[in-house]
Amino acid sequence: MPDSAVISVGRRLRVLPNVWDIVALCLVVGTLTSITFGARQLNAPLETVQVANISLDPAMLPQYALRTTLRMMAALVASLIFTFIYATAAAKSRQAERVLIPILDILQSVPVLGFLSFTVTAFMALFPGSVLGAECAAVFAIFTAQAWNMAFSLYQSLRNVPRDLDEASRAFGQTTWQRFWRLEVPFAMPGLVWNMMMSMSGSWFFIVASEAISVGKTTITLPGIGSYVALAIGQRNLPAIGYAILAMLVVIMAYDQLLFRPLVAWSRRFKSEQGDDLGDDDPWVLLLLRRGRLVAYAVRPFIAMVNSVTLARLEPLSGSLTLPSRVSGEGVRTAGRYVGVTVWWGCVAIATGFGFYALYKEMAGSIGTGDILLSIRYGFYTLARVVVLIILASVFWVPLGIWIGLHPKLSRALQPVTQFLAAFPANLLFPVVVVGILHFHLNPNVWLSPLMILGAQWYILFNVIAGASAFPGDLKEAAASFRVRGVNWWRKVMLPGVFTYFLTGAITASGGCWNASMVAELVSWGDTRLEAQGLGSYIARATLAGDYPRIVLGITVMAIFVTLFNRILWRPLSNYAERRLRLT
Amino acid sequence: MSLSTTQMQALEEARQHVLDVSHLRQTFKRSGNQSELVVLDDVSMILKEGEIVGLLGRSGSGKSTLLRAIAGLTAPTSGDLKFKGAPIEGPTRGIAMVFQTFALFPWLTVLENVRLGLDAHHIPEEEAHQRALAAIDMIGLDGFESAFPKELSGGMRQRVGLARGLVVHPDILLMDEPFSALDVLTAETLRTDLLDLWVEGKMPIKSILLVTHNIEEAVLMCDRILVLGSNPGRVRAEVKVDLTQPRNRFDPTFQSLVDDIYGLMTTGEKPSAAHAARSEAHPSHPLSMELPRVSTNRLSGLIEALAIEPYLGRADLPALADDMQMATDELFPIAEALQLLRFAVVEGGDISLTETGRLFGESETNERKRLFAEAMIAHVPLVTHIRRVLDERPGHQASFSRFAEELEDAMSEDRAEQTLRVAISWGRFAELFAYDENSRLFNLENPT
Repeated sequence: MPDSAVISVGRRLRVLPNVWDIVALCLVVGTLTSITFGARQLNAPLETVQVANISLDPAMLPQYALRTTLRMMAALVASLIFTFIYATAAAKSRQAERVLIPILDILQSVPVLGFLSFTVTAFMALFPGSVLGAECAAVFAIFTAQAWNMAFSLYQSLRNVPRDLDEASRAFGQTTWQRFWRLEVPFAMPGLVWNMMMSMSGSWFFIVASEAISVGKTTITLPGIGSYVALAIGQRNLPAIGYAILAMLVVIMAYDQLLFRPLVAWSRRFKSEQGDDLGDDDPWVLLLLRRGRLVAYAVRPFIAMVNSVTLARLEPLSGSLTLPSRVSGEGVRTAGRYVGVTVWWGCVAIATGFGFYALYKEMAGSIGTGDILLSIRYGFYTLARVVVLIILASVFWVPLGIWIGLHPKLSRALQPVTQFLAAFPANLLFPVVVVGILHFHLNPNVWLSPLMILGAQWYILFNVIAGASAFPGDLKEAAASFRVRGVNWWRKVMLPGVFTYFLTGAITASGGCWNASMVAELVSWGDTRLEAQGLGSYIARATLAGDYPRIVLGITVMAIFVTLFNRILWRPLSNYAERRLRLT
Repeated sequence: MSLSTTQMQALEEARQHVLDVSHLRQTFKRSGNQSELVVLDDVSMILKEGEIVGLLGRSGSGKSTLLRAIAGLTAPTSGDLKFKGAPIEGPTRGIAMVFQTFALFPWLTVLENVRLGLDAHHIPEEEAHQRALAAIDMIGLDGFESAFPKELSGGMRQRVGLARGLVVHPDILLMDEPFSALDVLTAETLRTDLLDLWVEGKMPIKSILLVTHNIEEAVLMCDRILVLGSNPGRVRAEVKVDLTQPRNRFDPTFQSLVDDIYGLMTTGEKPSAAHAARSEAHPSHPLSMELPRVSTNRLSGLIEALAIEPYLGRADLPALADDMQMATDELFPIAEALQLLRFAVVEGGDISLTETGRLFGESETNERKRLFAEAMIAHVPLVTHIRRVLDERPGHQASFSRFAEELEDAMSEDRAEQTLRVAISWGRFAELFAYDENSRLFNLENPT
């Protein structure tokens, strides 16, 4: 079927928010509100869950680490399932795409921790009185930190499958089902694996928050590293925090060696550039899997099963049952399809309306104009922090990153370290800062701010290192031979050269900052609580008080702030860099 | 009751037709609800058992689109496509394709790539394996079974593409410019190998349909050549090649055939005629002239080469192409651009400089710029239009998208973008206007 007519879709990145963003915002926030609303109707008293006894004995840590790891794994599996369903629907159906992609955009901007208070209530209502609800809530919280960028990655890959491969696959008679597993998924694999890794790094940050959840008067504690840390903070036990950090290091390292390194090396074979990247050594786990005879024997039935599933000649359900597909051949538009489209848009309209209604219902009566203005003012405080921090971090890390990147040996040695630092949950270091602030009697409004970027700054660093090491040698030599030095060298050679990479890092970092604001603007150490005025602390305080209308308000305002920030600053910059500064 | 001889003959003939294309029309919708773009118009052709047919045309003649319609990859807007008498409604088992870009799956080995079509149809494991090995063997890929495409050279990659097409034992092998991504030497080797296999009847196929823009390649390989015209694509002529294989490039008959086809491809493609054909599709649009993507350096270069010995203002196109070591599709756009600017006239496979062209060749840079500016103002409506808009506006500025949108009324988005880019580059050379890529604005400032 001809596809050339629709190729122009998405050629230019959207910059200004449009009606779809509003639809998406209503859908997301409305759903959240409805969930809690429904949960409260079920009216399960949260107090019925017993608080697990956490011990600060370091001997307990391996067990806690294992449970935490299992939770993260469960969330990763859930994220993968979500990704495959959601991204595929968005990539295959134009009708679905127009709603799903703005929703994903909003979901990415909604502060992940804000979800917690909603989902806990909902899951507890589903499993009243049982730990299972809390477990689900924790897994779900981690899921929300992992899923969105994975889905985006798969969606983008599916939309960019090389045309000739697609034609070859169809010309040789592969069905839609076969093509999905044999062409589209393999093509998407490198991006997906990379994003899984980033997701995993990102989710450590939320472990601490999601294993010890406080909503209103209730605190739910699940055995794990996160709750261990929470308890240590509550008891002002610095050595225990040290043990926790150590345990986490070990787990991150194990993950890296056993899972991600082999995965990344394996996914390299799916890279579609025909470049010569065979030079890198395979990690030992992959070698073990590839060369071990017993392993080969053991996985053979599994591979045979995968083959028979992916090669099954399944034809898609035809006509109105499936979502209207992207192809727009002449004369295949049946009445059934029109009905399908109408029903789909009807559902979207009703859901949007309902979301808006739910939002209104939740807000009405308890939220006045004053609250809205206050939250917007706080939004600007937090925005100011994010901007200043990103600038400071850039000023500091960009030159350093360039310097490291230009020394190949150094950058090869440091690259894994910085990636590791990005994975390291910065909130573990919060207590140290709090102790410092208390000791020197500093202003928390200023001195709590750096916590927001503590974990996110590494994204800037390692992207700049990558950019500088990828800077073409001939340009470097040309600059040297024409004696371009000093300010000119920075302004005309190096900074434009690493700009695209820097941008990727800065965008990730600013997203991380917004998210971190909810834990960084309100920090406790034992009974002491330090607060910086801002949207993050506004939501955090509302969560502690179980004040749902204000949680919803705070999250909505933050989602709007983040979305606008992305659209007004980052997207135009990306478009510009894409147009002018690409080095290939 | 027995059939009459003529009926028998007709039946026999119909059986021999592996492919019937009749009155095929292909249009594409543009973004927005504008008029349709006609890519193929009333194309009819047949493919008989045992022949190699070439589809020869310049870019924009829709030859690849025709091939994709036959492959069942695109559905034609109207017209009939029949494979052995049955309508083609999607990718068909008896038709296989070889791609210009090879289209090999980078994560599959040579063997797995070759088996692609067999696995899709659940050919039993043992048989699939044997057939794949046989195809690999035939095409000269022995020993490379477990290699990945990225380890192979371009020629070897296309061999994999060939083996993948042959292994499904198709009646028709479609080849979309199969050698154009290869260097001259490799292409020649592959062509010869393929022809040898074909002549010896070793390949499990009945017919080949070859898309190419290379005239010599077409004459070298095909039994019949269909010359396609551009905008919209339609069959302009059919040339029978009655030479025995292996053919000799230096055979006078061969040479004269090549010359004839050169003539066919240039006559009737004069801007006026092409323009008329386009205006038919987009009635009375003043900006419907597409500009060929040719730099001013190449224009100057060709004029200079034409002006001196041995041509002295007039040249045979095939000879010129050969002399300048250019492929035909490289030479045509330059010739077309020269003709469009009235610097040269193309006729019957010959190109000759006009008086202005001669003058241009003799001039220094500044004079050249002046001549170029005059030619453009006189003969390129788009450039005249841009200049007029800029002159009329108080700020002497206008945006890229303004003109792009106007152009998109008359042509596809990509062509509009290309045409405008060419206009920018030519306009810059002639110093008719300036363009700032950052703000995407045209202006009249002359940077000093």
